[in-house]
Amino acid sequence: MMPDLGRYAFVVFGSYGASVALIVGLVVLSFWQRARVKRALAEVEARQGKSNG
Amino acid sequence: MSIWEYANPKKFMQTSAWALPWAVGLTVLCLCVGLIWGFFFTPDDYKQGSTVKIIYLHVPAAMMAINAWIMMLVTSLIWIVRRHHVSALAAKAAAPVGLTFTLIALVTGALWGQPMWGTWWAWDPRLTSFLILTLFYFGYIALWAAIEDPDTAADLTAILCLVGSAFALLSRYAVNFWNQGLHQGASLSLDKEENVSDVFWIPLVISIVGFVLLFVTLVLMRTRTEIRARRLSALLARERVA
Repeated sequence: MMPDLGRYAFVVFGSYGASVALIVGLVVLSFWQRARVKRALAEVEARQGKSNG
Repeated sequence: MSIWEYANPKKFMQTSAWALPWAVGLTVLCLCVGLIWGFFFTPDDYKQGSTVKIIYLHVPAAMMAINAWIMMLVTSLIWIVRRHHVSALAAKAAAPVGLTFTLIALVTGALWGQPMWGTWWAWDPRLTSFLILTLFYFGYIALWAAIEDPDTAADLTAILCLVGSAFALLSRYAVNFWNQGLHQGASLSLDKEENVSDVFWIPLVISIVGFVLLFVTLVLMRTRTEIRARRLSALLARERVA
């Protein structure tokens, strides 16, 4: 199943590993920022909703 | 119906909420099919050996690094001309995604270049213009972070984006402008003679579609976060005044 990469195994695996790490890092960062802003916005909206009515 | 309806944050949030699950599903499907097909089920190249498998990452990432900047240019121009906040926020949201693609292209290019050219890096026209584009991405993100007033930040980053576009275009066409340098010409072309072999072409095109969809998905998601962050700032400012 695994292709024989021969003497180029390091550069091929290195390319796939670095790319996956960068993409996963960006996705995780995006989800973390989304969750943080959503939570903060919900808190402020709830607080202002209470004080308004 | 006009495209400018989507400049309304509420309309953008509604439409993007509907589109995001589809975009996520299609992204995962295309990336998995393209990369698994390319890695496991394509032969080695007669000249480049198994390093040809890097093409499924390097070419889509490099294409999207340049296209992301072009998208930022278009949305920045919309901001300058029409003052739609969503377009400025979309440009801001796209920058880290474009930077990630640029870094992937640089890292995979260096790893591919070492066994093929005998060096990790060369001051080749395409590589050099690509490195300058990377610095523009860092500068663009830093400028957004450094300026407190969002409208001023959007104005100044839009101007930086206009200047950086020269290097984005240069990255794409440097090979055509200067024939010297190590980097080869385009891997994909309307001219069949210039294209990579069919056995590599189909998984490469699927990978490219996957990278385009990954960009669209992340920009939609990050723009939604930026819109929420802008609303949060407005509410906090109102609280301080009250």
